[in-house]
Amino acid sequence: MTTMFGIDMLAVVGGIVAITVFGIVAGLVFLGIDRKVTAHMQARIGPPIRQPFRDFLKLLCKDSSVPENAIPWIFNGAPLLALASSIVILLYLPIGSFLPVFGSYGDLILVMYLLTIPALAMVGGGFASGSPYATVGSQREMVTMISYEFPLAIAIIAIAWRLSVAGIADPFSIGTIAANPVWGVAGPLGIIGFLILLVVLTWVTPAELSRVPCDTPEAETELAGGLLVEYSGRNLALFSLASGVKTVAMASLAVALFLPWNVSSFVALSPVVAYGADFAFYLVKLFAVIFFSVSIIRVGMARFRITHVVSVYWGYLAGLGLIGLLFIVLDTALGAGVIA
Amino acid sequence: MRLSRAFNRSLWVFHFNSGSCNGCDIEIVAAITPRYDPERFGVRLVGSPKHADVLLVTGPVTHDMRDRLRRVYDQMAEPKLVMCIGTCGQSGGVFYDSYNLDGPVGDVIPVDIYVPGCAPRPEAIIDGVVKAIAKLERLEGEQG
Repeated sequence: MTTMFGIDMLAVVGGIVAITVFGIVAGLVFLGIDRKVTAHMQARIGPPIRQPFRDFLKLLCKDSSVPENAIPWIFNGAPLLALASSIVILLYLPIGSFLPVFGSYGDLILVMYLLTIPALAMVGGGFASGSPYATVGSQREMVTMISYEFPLAIAIIAIAWRLSVAGIADPFSIGTIAANPVWGVAGPLGIIGFLILLVVLTWVTPAELSRVPCDTPEAETELAGGLLVEYSGRNLALFSLASGVKTVAMASLAVALFLPWNVSSFVALSPVVAYGADFAFYLVKLFAVIFFSVSIIRVGMARFRITHVVSVYWGYLAGLGLIGLLFIVLDTALGAGVIA
Repeated sequence: MRLSRAFNRSLWVFHFNSGSCNGCDIEIVAAITPRYDPERFGVRLVGSPKHADVLLVTGPVTHDMRDRLRRVYDQMAEPKLVMCIGTCGQSGGVFYDSYNLDGPVGDVIPVDIYVPGCAPRPEAIIDGVVKAIAKLERLEGEQG
């Protein structure tokens, strides 16, 4: 029996294994590329691109200690949950022209909620560490989550709403959004609006990934590693994998929302070549997203204080997002002839 | 010890001041600037002893820092290395007969690599890291 609930179980299991391997390898490679690019921008040579793989192997051969006053099952479970939930996000997102494995079972709203789970796992692990540094880090992570959720929601809902107004069925489905690039649907005012939302999403990405300037929850100089302070060995290795996979997932989301084009829709190619070309183009797009929203911002900025994270994301970026939304609403109204 | 090539090429460093005059600390900071760029070899400064593979100790051990140095050393996960930076950590340096000194670093925790100098230049510190990697490679060969 290979079919259950009308889907091919073999294809699903194969897809899950393939996405897991892809997510972990690509995550570590992109972390390495990010470190190399950052080093060159700071006039350094930097570590080789395979450095994150070495760090991972190194952490695996270290002891993994659990503090005396920690809650062991949460403390050890949190890294697993963070990695597993990061991989699950990838299962809902298109990889090149491969359709998402679980595409028919969830939409963008689900992805938005799934994105909070790795962060929640880190918060749980931090609170379970029984260290004051980790507790402060966990509280900061929760505040950061609350801050970036609103601008992220504005960007996602604006796209889905614009597609539904254009008469496209099922606008929250990721397949629909990937098949109908918003840039082709919207008029000139709408394109200005979407450019503004693209800027907002670029700034939400580092907050989502806890990278500089939003690494306040980890803050090595003041919190000694924050919510990761008590983690060592295997658990820390799992968290580093999770952060790599989450980087790929977040960049894939940005690609699916704003840069969904494929090579094969412009050039006629044989099916096998088309999959390969689309996949290569997808990797290039991932690199572009990570370069602009992680590497450049990381090199150019110092760390925000936690109060600044809230005011920047709730205040300025949410405001910017609402302005973008207003442009899109105006564009729709003009298109529909509501105002002349 | 479970040593591997990956371990030698990914040494994360935690910096501990056990009563130094700050001269060695400034040289350590100089050694991680873009001019020397130890991240080329995977060396990274980390904020927590739990993440660290190498403990950099500067200065002689004052009475108050003795227990703290011991505890930080115990918190580091095995396998681990200790590097003692500067003359004070070897002998007490100019503070050798001070009333509040509990002795050089080697009396409190086992030290693997000594980097002499007052203060050692960044090149000397990097040479110390190279010596540490050579020692790890030797130990790796011995463990079979």
